[in-house]
Amino acid sequence: MKDMRMESRVQSAVNKIEARKVQVYYGENHAIKDVDVNIPDKAVTAFIGPSGCGKSTFLRCLNRMNDTIPVCRVEGLIQLEGEDIYDKRVDPVQLRAKVGMVFQKPNPFPKSIYDNVAYGPRIHGLTRNKAELDEVVESCLKKAALWNEVKDRLHAPGTGLSGGQQQRLCIARAIATGPEVLLMDEPCSALDPIATAQVEELIDELRSAFSVVIVTHSMQQAARVSQHTAFFHLGHLVEYGETGQIFTNPQDPRTESYITGRIG
Amino acid sequence: MTDLSAQPGPALVSPAQSIYVTSPAMKRRNAAETRFRAYGLVAIALSLTMLALMLVTIFRDGTSSFFQARLGYPVELSEKVLDPKGNRNRDEMAKVTTVGYGKVLAAGLMAELERQKIDLGGLKPKEVAELISKDAAGSLRAMVLADPALIGSTIDASVFAAGRIDGYLKGRVTLESAKLDSNISPEQLHLADRMRAAGLLGSGWNWEFFTNPDASDQRPEAAGLGVALLGSLYLMILVAVMCVPVGVAASIYLEEFAPKNTLTDAIEVNVSNLAAVPSIVYGILGLSIFINVLGLPQSSSLVGALVISLMTLPTIIIATRASIRAVPPSIRDAALGVGASKMQTVFHHVLPLAMPGILTGTILGLAAGLGQSAPLLLIGMVAFVDNHPSVPVEGFLDPATALPVQIYTWVTRSDPAFVERSNGAIIVLLAFLVTMNLLAILLRRKFERRW
Repeated sequence: MKDMRMESRVQSAVNKIEARKVQVYYGENHAIKDVDVNIPDKAVTAFIGPSGCGKSTFLRCLNRMNDTIPVCRVEGLIQLEGEDIYDKRVDPVQLRAKVGMVFQKPNPFPKSIYDNVAYGPRIHGLTRNKAELDEVVESCLKKAALWNEVKDRLHAPGTGLSGGQQQRLCIARAIATGPEVLLMDEPCSALDPIATAQVEELIDELRSAFSVVIVTHSMQQAARVSQHTAFFHLGHLVEYGETGQIFTNPQDPRTESYITGRIG
Repeated sequence: MTDLSAQPGPALVSPAQSIYVTSPAMKRRNAAETRFRAYGLVAIALSLTMLALMLVTIFRDGTSSFFQARLGYPVELSEKVLDPKGNRNRDEMAKVTTVGYGKVLAAGLMAELERQKIDLGGLKPKEVAELISKDAAGSLRAMVLADPALIGSTIDASVFAAGRIDGYLKGRVTLESAKLDSNISPEQLHLADRMRAAGLLGSGWNWEFFTNPDASDQRPEAAGLGVALLGSLYLMILVAVMCVPVGVAASIYLEEFAPKNTLTDAIEVNVSNLAAVPSIVYGILGLSIFINVLGLPQSSSLVGALVISLMTLPTIIIATRASIRAVPPSIRDAALGVGASKMQTVFHHVLPLAMPGILTGTILGLAAGLGQSAPLLLIGMVAFVDNHPSVPVEGFLDPATALPVQIYTWVTRSDPAFVERSNGAIIVLLAFLVTMNLLAILLRRKFERRW
C-alpha cells in the first residue's frame, strides 16, 4: 500500500479527455447521470463499481462504440484534447483509431497473429510497404510483451493462443493503429491469475505512451495499476480522485461501503 | 440455527433409502426415456424405409432407360433412291424425304436377313421394316446430308430398334401383350428373337438418352434428355447469377445496415412469407409480367430463371441472414474497435465467417429451384422442344425445357416406354441434386473456420 501512495503522487499535467454532464439513455432507461470526469494523459484511470453501475457504458461512450446500439443516446460533452467527440463533423470510425479499445473477452480475428496486428495499420493506410508493416507488427507485439512468445509463429492463427496471449494480442492490435487513448473493458476478467499479472504489468508499461482507461471489477487490480480511480454507482459518478486517496480515505460513504465490501 | 432441526421441512416423497434401490419414480422416468428413444428409432426407420422404397422403385424402373435395343447391319446407300440426279447437290438431295431413307434401311435389313438365311416367319417386308425405329430414317438422312460422299457406299448402320422391340428385350412387352397390341405381333417378336441370336439385334449403353431431344409419341426409343439437361443447366447458371448477388446483398443490408424500424420488420416478415408462397403462383406472375408485359420469349430459359429466382431469393435471404447473425458480435466489436468502417467490418470479418452458411444455403436453395416444375409449366417450358437451345447468350432466349418438366411430360404420355424414361430422368435429376448437395458439404468443410 505504501508503494501505491508513492505512485499516486505522479501528477499528470494535461487532461486527455474531459467529460461534462454526460447522460446516457438506453431507450427509457437513464443509465449514466451527470458524469463529470477528467482523464489525464500518460496515466492509468480505473473505473470501479458494482455490476450494472454504468462504468462499461461510460467507457464505450469515450470511443463512440455505443453508436452501434440503436437505442442508445448520449448527451453532454465529451472532449478529446478540447474537441467534442460527438460533434457532427467527427467520423466515429476515425475517432476509434485514436481511441483504441480492448474488450472483456479476448476476441482476436480468426486470422493469423500477424494479420491481427496488421489489420488496423492496413485499413488506415499507416504504412507504405511490407517492410514498414513488419516493423509496426514487431514493435506492437513487443510493446504488448508478446513478441518473444510468438515471433516464430506469426502466421499461426491468433485464435490458437492461450487466453492471456490472446488478450495481449488484442492489446497489440489496439495499439497498432497508433491510438492516444486505450480503453480497456475488464481486460483480465477472462484470464487466470498469471495471465492477469502479465497484462497488468503490460498496462503499467503502456502508461508511458498512452492515456489508459480501465474498467475493472477487482479493486485490488484498480489499486495495483491505476493512478486515478472513479467509483460509479447506479449511474452516478460517486467519487473520483487519486487511487491512493479513494482506497485509503474515501470521502463518500458509498465508496467506503463498496471498497470495504458492504455493497456491490 | 438451533431451530433448524426442530422445524421439519416439507416431507420428501421418498424417504432415505439405499442408492442400490431404484425408486418407483425413477423407474417411471427411465421408462419414459426408453419409450421416447423407441419412438425416435421407429420414426427414423420409417423414413429410411420410405426413402429406400422410393429409390429402389425408381432405380428398378429407370435403370433400363440407360440401355437401348439397337439393330446393326450393313446398309447400302443407294444412289438411285437418295440422289436421283447423281450430282451430290444438297438442296436437291434434301428433296428425298425420310420415306426414301426408310426404304433404304428396310431394304438393307431384308438383304441381311436373306444373306444370313433367317426365317421371316411369314412376315411381309413391311412388317419386318416395322422392327426399325421410325427415328432411324431421320438420323440416317441427317447423316447423309451432312456427308454426301457416303452415297453409293455400304455403311455399317447401328440404328434404334422400334420401341416395342426394346420393350421386349427389357421384358416390358411379352408375347401375350403383343397379341393385343396393334403395333407389334408375336411373329415380329419371334423374328426379333432369331435376329438377336444372329447378332443383328442387341442392347447397349444409350448415350442418346442424355443428348437427344424429346421425341414424339410414336418413337419413345429416340426420346432423350438433351434439351432438358441443357435447359436445367442454363436455368441454374442464370438463377445463380441473378439470385446470389441480389440475395446476399439484400441480407447484408437487412442484417447489418438497415435501421431497426417498422418498415424493416415488415420487409422481414414478408421475405419469410414469400418463401412459403406456392410455386405455381410465381409461375402465373412470370407469365403475366415477364411474358405478357415485358414480352420476353415464351419457353425460354431466361423467363424460367427469372421465375425460379423469385422463388429462390427468399430462401437464400433467410439462409444468408441466419449465417450472418450467427457470427459472434465480439468479432464486429473487435473490428469496429480498431477503427474499421461498417463495410470493412462486414466484408473483412463477418462475410468470411458467414461464408460456409451462405454457400450451403445458396446451393440448397438452387437445388430446390432445380427441382421446380409447376412455375415452368405456366411459362411454357413444358412445350415439345425438338431443337437444342444454342450456346449462351442467345441460347438463354431459345425455347428449352427442364428436367422436372420433362419427367412430367413423359409421365403423362400413354406409351409405357415413356414411363421407363421418366424414371431414368428422375435418376438423372437425383444425381444432379446429390452432386449439388455434395458440393454444398464440400464447400462448407473448406470454408469452415473456428473462432
